[in-house]
Amino acid sequence: MSGTAPEIVPGWETVIGLEVHAELATVTKMFSGAPNRFGGEPNTNIDPVSLGLPGTLPVLNGRAVELAIRVGLALNCTVQRSVFARKNYFYPDMPKDFQISQFDLPINGEGWLELADGRRIGIERAHLEEDTGKSTHVGGGGRIHEAGHSLVDYNRAGVPLIEIVGRPDLRGAEDARAYVSELRSILVAIGASDGKMEEGSMRVDCNVSVRPVGQEELGTRCEVKNINSLRSLGRAIEYEARRQVDLLTAGERIEQQTRHWNEDEGRTHKLRSKEEAFDYRYFPEPDLMPVEPSEEWIAEIRADLPPLPRERRHRLAEAAGMETSAAALTVDRGLDDLAMATIDLGADAGRVLVHLENNLADGVGLLTAGSFTDLIALETGGDLTATQAKTVLASLVAEGGDPAAIASAKGFESMDSGELEAIVDRLISEHPDDWAALTAGDDKERKKKSGFFVGEVMKATRGRADGRAVNELLARRSAG
Amino acid sequence: MTERITRQDVAHVADLAQLSLTDDELDAFTIQLADILDHAADLDALDLADLQPTAHPLPLVNVFRADVVGPTSDRDEVLAAAPAVEDAQFKVPPVLGEGP
Repeated sequence: MSGTAPEIVPGWETVIGLEVHAELATVTKMFSGAPNRFGGEPNTNIDPVSLGLPGTLPVLNGRAVELAIRVGLALNCTVQRSVFARKNYFYPDMPKDFQISQFDLPINGEGWLELADGRRIGIERAHLEEDTGKSTHVGGGGRIHEAGHSLVDYNRAGVPLIEIVGRPDLRGAEDARAYVSELRSILVAIGASDGKMEEGSMRVDCNVSVRPVGQEELGTRCEVKNINSLRSLGRAIEYEARRQVDLLTAGERIEQQTRHWNEDEGRTHKLRSKEEAFDYRYFPEPDLMPVEPSEEWIAEIRADLPPLPRERRHRLAEAAGMETSAAALTVDRGLDDLAMATIDLGADAGRVLVHLENNLADGVGLLTAGSFTDLIALETGGDLTATQAKTVLASLVAEGGDPAAIASAKGFESMDSGELEAIVDRLISEHPDDWAALTAGDDKERKKKSGFFVGEVMKATRGRADGRAVNELLARRSAG
Repeated sequence: MTERITRQDVAHVADLAQLSLTDDELDAFTIQLADILDHAADLDALDLADLQPTAHPLPLVNVFRADVVGPTSDRDEVLAAAPAVEDAQFKVPPVLGEGP
């Protein structure tokens, strides 16, 4: 698997494992009926359970369990009997001084996720836990270590989370971003989470280590927290890899640490070392019963899953006769059903994907598989140039209709070859020096000058000419 | 003193639980905890290879609640009980480091 990722520092391989927390799209919290809602006034979505008041007891939200199983199945995990555990720590974001999580018996065991290029990344586990409250550090410019005091909002406390622990199978910033994008697409597709990193409903902790290329043994890793976007993820990995390589090449050792990514400064800071790591004293949560999903329930949930991005990529790639990576963007935009229908109607698959990727980024509007197919037929048949096809396509998106009728209304009649030849010959005589350079020059010069003449023809015909036909004509004239 | 648990173990656990114990208390709890562990060690005499560890004394699984909104607490009432409040949030001493 290594060797394909670009090296951040030449001669060194960066090894990455991600822990992704995603808030589950339930109506209420994990253990009580307080609303699970983002963006409310502080401390309005609270009840005695979210506040950890004495005497309160948690009751598990069945929908959260169902969504967790959906995630497990979508990630090809073993769905199994699970037990909740208390993770004990003293921190004001958890008012009861422990977080209910899962420890030795997670609801989802091992699985995998497939990237767009077909590589499979191992998943160690995906377990349920409750989210914490949100602390805001006030004073000291908002920096944790210098805060004057902290303010706590418990709206988020108790929101159900799935924590997806990935194996260290990723080999660079691009890999990590691809993994998170794929995971987000899956979570959104199955309705488990809205996957919004900017709202914190999906959060990424990143374990980074480096090793000389060719070394089997893993280096000492550091965990980087506070990554809030795909962009920060890439930046944090590149920074951290360079920092570690610098230390090692200076003859120093890497200390196992938790580090905090500072987006403004573009660097990571040490939060705590391994020696200072929390000792959570996990023990089974006595107030909750084990979860033992029956085979029937799991089968029911599996049957209810929509086609996953991976399956849709394979389906489209097969229909189009291409690699799965070529189908990724179209699937990502949710346009693969349209692509499949259009290809089924006989349209050229290559043209279908080119239009979907380049010309339909803002949506397909009133475009149908039928009109799309007719348009591509006009294009591949030589009746419309690529530029004209794009214009007609925009019109089909905005207003629908028949491509041939739109083309003729816009005056896009295919150019008579005699008319085109006359224009080309006129331009050759008007630009003798450029023409001499084209005929006498090397490949590079010929290409450059061909581009010049094609541009002039397009100007003269206001884009009506077919670029390919002009190039062919130029080649014929220069050969003759 | 038995070797099941050391005085250092007890001091460490007390520290994690944010309890301050006197030297006498440390001695007393070390002995008491060792006795409890001794008692639990009686299980070692049994063959438990085929048994699943008990997660809960009650023989129940899958106790779920419907995902339906229930009553929420009145914010003003809750905040009135807090030692310090600012901007409708609980005001707490500066936190060193970051939560897990």
